[in-house]
Amino acid sequence: MRISIYFYIFVMAAVTYLIRLLPLTLIRKKIKNQFICSFLYYVPYATLAAMTFPAILYSTSSPYSAILGFACALFLAYKGKSLITVACAACVVVFISEILLKMFAII
Amino acid sequence: MDRLSEYKSGIKDGIPIFLGYLAVSFAFGIQASKAGLTAFQAGLMSAVNVTSAGQFAALTAIAAGASWLELAFTQLVINLRYMLMSCALSQKLDPKAPFMHRFLVAFGVTDEIFGVSVTKKGSLSPYFSYGLMSAAIPGWVLGTVLGVISGNFLPQMVINSLGIAIYGMFIAVIIPEAKKDKVVLGVVVSSMLLSCGFYYLPFIKNISEGFKIIIITIVISAAAAIMFPVKEDGKNED
Repeated sequence: MRISIYFYIFVMAAVTYLIRLLPLTLIRKKIKNQFICSFLYYVPYATLAAMTFPAILYSTSSPYSAILGFACALFLAYKGKSLITVACAACVVVFISEILLKMFAII
Repeated sequence: MDRLSEYKSGIKDGIPIFLGYLAVSFAFGIQASKAGLTAFQAGLMSAVNVTSAGQFAALTAIAAGASWLELAFTQLVINLRYMLMSCALSQKLDPKAPFMHRFLVAFGVTDEIFGVSVTKKGSLSPYFSYGLMSAAIPGWVLGTVLGVISGNFLPQMVINSLGIAIYGMFIAVIIPEAKKDKVVLGVVVSSMLLSCGFYYLPFIKNISEGFKIIIITIVISAAAAIMFPVKEDGKNED
C-alpha cells in the first residue's frame, strides 16, 4: 500500500522541528565555557560563508552574471548597506548583465 | 525597542529573505508538481517544513516510494545543521523572554532567518524573529504554490536573477563583521576555501550538502575558537 503523502509531510515536519527545538529548549542557561562560547560565536560566519561560496556562482543562469552580482554584493556589503539593498542590487545586476550577455550572445 | 518596533524591524530585514525564498521555492514547486504533488500538498509541505534542501530530498524519496523511516533519516542528516544554529540562538535569545517563545522561534530556524537573527546587535527579541518569519515564510509557501500552478508564471529571466538574492543577503550579514574583526574575516575566507574543496575535489564532493556545511562549520569554528578565543560575553555585545 502506498503511504499517504500527508503522512510523509508529517514525518519530515516532526523530525525537522525537533532538530530545531531541542537545543533551544534544552540549553536555557548562559554557557560559561570559553571554548564553547567562542565556537558558537564563529558558527554563523563559517556556516554562511560555506553556504555562499561557491554555490553563489551557480545561483543564476551563467557564472558570469553571478560573478558580477557577487562583486556588487561584496562592494555594497563592505559599504555597510542594508540586507535588502545588497540583495536587491545583486538581483538587478544579474538581471541586467544577463540581458547584456544574451544581447552579445556570450551565453 | 518595544515589541512592535522589533516586529517591524524583523519584517523589514525579512523582505530580502522573502524575495530569495520566492525564487528558490518556485523551483521547488515546479519540481514538486513533476513528482506528482498537488499545489495544496506542496504548499503544506513548505508551510510546515520551511527547509529547502530537506524538501528537495523529500521529493526524491517520495517519488521513489521510500519508507517513512528512510525519509525521517534523510531529513535528520540534511537538517542537522539547524541543531548547531539553534545552539547558537539559545545563547543569543533575550534571557528575559518567557520560555514559551522558544517553541515558536524554533519553528523559524532556517539558514537565512538564523543568519539574520544571530548577527543582530545585542540580545535577540523573539518579536524580531516573528517579524522575520512573517515576511519569509509566506514567500516560501507562495513561491511553492506558484511553482506548482504555473512553471511559467514569472519570466525565466526574472527567476534566474532572484536566485542570487539569498546569497546577497548572506554576504550583507557576514561582510560588515569581517571588516571589523580580522579573525571573522579569516573564518569567512577559510570556510569558503574549504567549501570549494568540498565542491570540486573528487570523492569528497559526493558528501551530501547538509553534511558538508556541518563539517566545515565545526572544523573552522573549533579551530578559530582554539586559536582566537573570544573574551567573556563575546565580541558581539559591542
